[in-house]
Amino acid sequence: MSISKDEVKHIANLSKLNLTDEELEKYTNELSDIVDMANELSNIDVEGVKPTAHILDIQNVFREDIQQPSYDRELILKNAPSKDAGCVSVPKVVE
Amino acid sequence: MKDYEVIIGLEVHAELSTNTKMYCNCSTEFGADPNTHCCPICTGMPGVLPVLNKKVVEYATKAGLATNCEISRFSKQDRKNYFYPDLPKAYQTSQYDLPLCIGGHLDINVNGEQKRIGITRIHIEEDAGKLIHDAYTGDTLVDMNRCAVPLIEIVSEPDIRSADEAVAYMQTLKSILEYLDVCDCKMQEGSLRCDVNLSVRPRGQKEFGTRTETKNLNSFKAIHNSIEFEIKRQIEEVENGGKIYQETRRWDDAKGIGYAMRTKEDAHDYRYFPEPDLAPIVLSEEYIQNLKDNLPEMPHIKKERYMKDFDLPEYDADILTSSIKTAKFFEEANDICNNPKAVSNWIMGDFTRMLNEKEIEIDESKVTAQNLAELISLIDKGTISSKIAKQVFEDMFETGENAKDIVEKKGLVQMSDEGAIKEIVQKVVDANPQSIADYKAGKDRAIGFLVGQIMKETKGKANPQIVNKLLLEIINK
Ligand SMILES: [Zn+2]
Repeated sequence: MSISKDEVKHIANLSKLNLTDEELEKYTNELSDIVDMANELSNIDVEGVKPTAHILDIQNVFREDIQQPSYDRELILKNAPSKDAGCVSVPKVVE
Repeated sequence: MKDYEVIIGLEVHAELSTNTKMYCNCSTEFGADPNTHCCPICTGMPGVLPVLNKKVVEYATKAGLATNCEISRFSKQDRKNYFYPDLPKAYQTSQYDLPLCIGGHLDINVNGEQKRIGITRIHIEEDAGKLIHDAYTGDTLVDMNRCAVPLIEIVSEPDIRSADEAVAYMQTLKSILEYLDVCDCKMQEGSLRCDVNLSVRPRGQKEFGTRTETKNLNSFKAIHNSIEFEIKRQIEEVENGGKIYQETRRWDDAKGIGYAMRTKEDAHDYRYFPEPDLAPIVLSEEYIQNLKDNLPEMPHIKKERYMKDFDLPEYDADILTSSIKTAKFFEEANDICNNPKAVSNWIMGDFTRMLNEKEIEIDESKVTAQNLAELISLIDKGTISSKIAKQVFEDMFETGENAKDIVEKKGLVQMSDEGAIKEIVQKVVDANPQSIADYKAGKDRAIGFLVGQIMKETKGKANPQIVNKLLLEIINK
């Protein structure tokens, strides 16, 4: 196994997913296969090849700093399951 | 108790004063109605394509050049996982391994001594939105206006050793960013704020102690007090055999206490990953050189010039140049009245005190540079005495009227007519024979009393030199 059950648990936790024992077993196997497959790439000789920062051969895609009207608030909030006072309302966030 | 050394590093966040956000054309203006400066890009809707604001690169490069950084010819942006409702994308676009600026430094002055603080890096990133606690429903409300407002994060080396040094570093940085005009530096609005990384170790020990991070300090006072608090807390903890935990802390400015945030440890598992929507940033030599050649005069250079050109003491030059607004005001006023020391004295004295009382900045005052210059010219020409000028200035500050109008309206023109003054001097001398006797008996203090009486008679308007001259003439007769 190139990835442990604990690691999968950790990733699930970060992704806010609750996994059953069977799911944990299943995903550990599947993710290990994926990592193994990706690891095969390290066998390729990349001597002299520059690291890729972007998959397309582009650079410096910029826009001018010119303001344009924003969206109507109703439109921005349209998808929010809950809203109040012109804001998206979410369960209380405790610091 | 052992002698402890304090190790501090600052992460300063400065909102860039661009018109638009980092990746979309929404306004960055502060204080708008919630969620009225938003579009699908800055609210993280699926399928949108962000495009980097050109000014962000320019402003960040300028900040790098002004802090002696190496500017990266090739840099890129990355995504930082961040699962919190104030950033609806669930990641923050930032820079990870190839930031825009690397390895600079700043010289700060603390108690008359200069010290160099290293700068590790400056990178560009987007700001998060604002969370408002709804006391009525108990829910949290999300205002996304500030989402994706561009920021630079300036990371210092752990070279800072005290609260005073941290404040001096922040003040120096603020003044540079203001001179560059890349950040409005309104700390109370959060456009300039910092996180403090702090650890202590017994002096002589090589390894660093465990550090804590106090987040989001947005005033010099908060920076100073939170650092003093945290130093004391950590030393006490270590002295009592306790352990320092690596944790994120908050500072309650009103209560004057710091406390650990109740966050899960894995909240800091940022797992940076490549940003596929944004192209790498490649800067040419010409681009960098051009920005370098056009940098404005920096505070420490201006300070030296003031000392040389205007013959001002270092103390004055330091205060006048610490803020670009003050420096501009000084230069404009001096251009008109050509009396640098007088302008400097006014700015550093009553003017600053009154600004502080009102909690406003010099450019928000009703007194313009021209007004102050005219007031100084009135003193220089002998039209009013400096004592009366103080009174006139109070009026100028309150009403914004110019000095000449106030002087005329209130009849404050200085009495320089020797004949008229002589009459009053004679009157006061006649009315105070005891003081004359005291003076003749060698009590010089009696003179001060008599001058005071004369000034009182003339409502402070008599020219003091003439009063002195005439008084001595009369009583020595
Ligand atoms: Zn937008």
